[in-house]
Amino acid sequence: MSAGDDTLPRAADLGTSVLARLSCVIVQPVLTRVVRRVAKQHPSLFSRLGPHQGTDFVIDPVELPFALHLRPDPQALVFRAVARNAAPEAGATIRGKFMLLLELVDSEEDGDAAFFSRDLEVTGDTEAVVRLRNALDDVDGSIAEETAGMFGPAGRAILARLRRAYPT
Amino acid sequence: MSLAELICPAGTPAALRTAVDAGADAVYCGFQDATNARNFPGLNFTPDELAASVAYAHDKGTKVLLALNTYPPAGKVDLWRQAADTGALLGVDAFIVADMGVADYIARTHPGVRLHLSVQAAASSPEAIRYYCENFAVKRVVLPRILTIPEIREIRKEIPCEIETFIFGNHGLMVEGRCSLTNYLTGQSTNMDGVCSPASDVEYKRHTDGSMSSQLAGFTIDCFGADEKAGYPTICKGRYTAPHRSEPYYAFEEPISLNLSRLLPDLVEAGVHAFKIEGRQRSKSYVRGVVSAFRQAVDDIRAGREANIADLVALTEGQKQTQGAFETKKWR
Ligand code: SF4
Repeated sequence: MSAGDDTLPRAADLGTSVLARLSCVIVQPVLTRVVRRVAKQHPSLFSRLGPHQGTDFVIDPVELPFALHLRPDPQALVFRAVARNAAPEAGATIRGKFMLLLELVDSEEDGDAAFFSRDLEVTGDTEAVVRLRNALDDVDGSIAEETAGMFGPAGRAILARLRRAYPT
Repeated sequence: MSLAELICPAGTPAALRTAVDAGADAVYCGFQDATNARNFPGLNFTPDELAASVAYAHDKGTKVLLALNTYPPAGKVDLWRQAADTGALLGVDAFIVADMGVADYIARTHPGVRLHLSVQAAASSPEAIRYYCENFAVKRVVLPRILTIPEIREIRKEIPCEIETFIFGNHGLMVEGRCSLTNYLTGQSTNMDGVCSPASDVEYKRHTDGSMSSQLAGFTIDCFGADEKAGYPTICKGRYTAPHRSEPYYAFEEPISLNLSRLLPDLVEAGVHAFKIEGRQRSKSYVRGVVSAFRQAVDDIRAGREANIADLVALTEGQKQTQGAFETKKWR
């Protein structure tokens, strides 16, 4: 690719970028509600994060049109969808298929095993990722189920469909 | 026949409850400091969490073993003594220790609490084991993973305490308790600081061809091709170049996990009293999967049935498993 190609996005790239931004706008209100609820229900999460409450995590579900930016600071929580080309500089990046990431949050899958099989990729500050993993692992119950429950029967149906559509 | 107790890892209170619910006979865990060999960021228990966890476990008939299995630096024993005092106050069922000074303190101060000798003590001869039994009233030894089953059987006849062996999980270099590789690169000691390959010193780099390199303290210790399975970023499992080898090779160990599921009946017959599952750093998902699989297998053996254990290879390091020295000294 020549340098000139970078400055002139092709029609497909433009389409992807528009789709990414549109998707972000649509999912953002959901993400905000989700992260506030999780923080309220599971305050002990934050102590395991220790000094990494202020770290910018970029969570990259490879097949979705956007990434997620998480800063788990209890005083100023950030959890937002971002177009990949607009993501902040990440303290740590966690990359994998969407359903795998969801199952990891719920400890339905083992993070080390996903790392060994190369389905999960981690770059940046490894300690931050280890702390986030341990903090989430100490949460009882399913964050995915709780989130789906916030949206009633429709939410639970969507989660069930997702699980069927993405066998891990 | 030995009781074949199942000793299960718990890195967090939620993992402890998972292990208890999955059928652990005992769980082992540690405080959030250097007194145990899994001193990882965000892992382990505060005293309050341990108090609640002991209550949960005891309520369901499960024992709690507190790992105090690191070595205090000379003259800095207070942290270990305080941890022992707190553990005794909270009613743990046993301490797992490696250091003689820690063992001596507990034997004198808390004689009512059982002492188990950690694998970190690397006691592998009847003479060494008897020394700990005679001097500190050690009730159980966790054997280093260097012995064959016939050797374990012979040791059993010559020692006055119970034997615990690892049956699943991380398979470290064969010098348990004496490994200084991490210390050499990072300045932190596995045996005194309680952490091998501290996460703060680990970095993974993704390359454009899909390969991934793992680095410890700035040194590349392996590079996995796009389709290769990966392992932990520990030096003992690094792949290195050397003047006498044209290709990088695993100089000490390779990414692989121990899995003795097929040898359980032989271990029981050799007099092993307890089976240990490694993995306090692993998730609840791992704990649930491995503990329930071995619970079923141990119950089958106790009932005289053939144990039919679930396939656990997906949870192993590098997705490879070995019976290590338990099967043969020539395993590698
Ligand atoms: S380098 Fe390997 S053998 Fe040494 S402490 Fe770490 S895991 Fe154990």
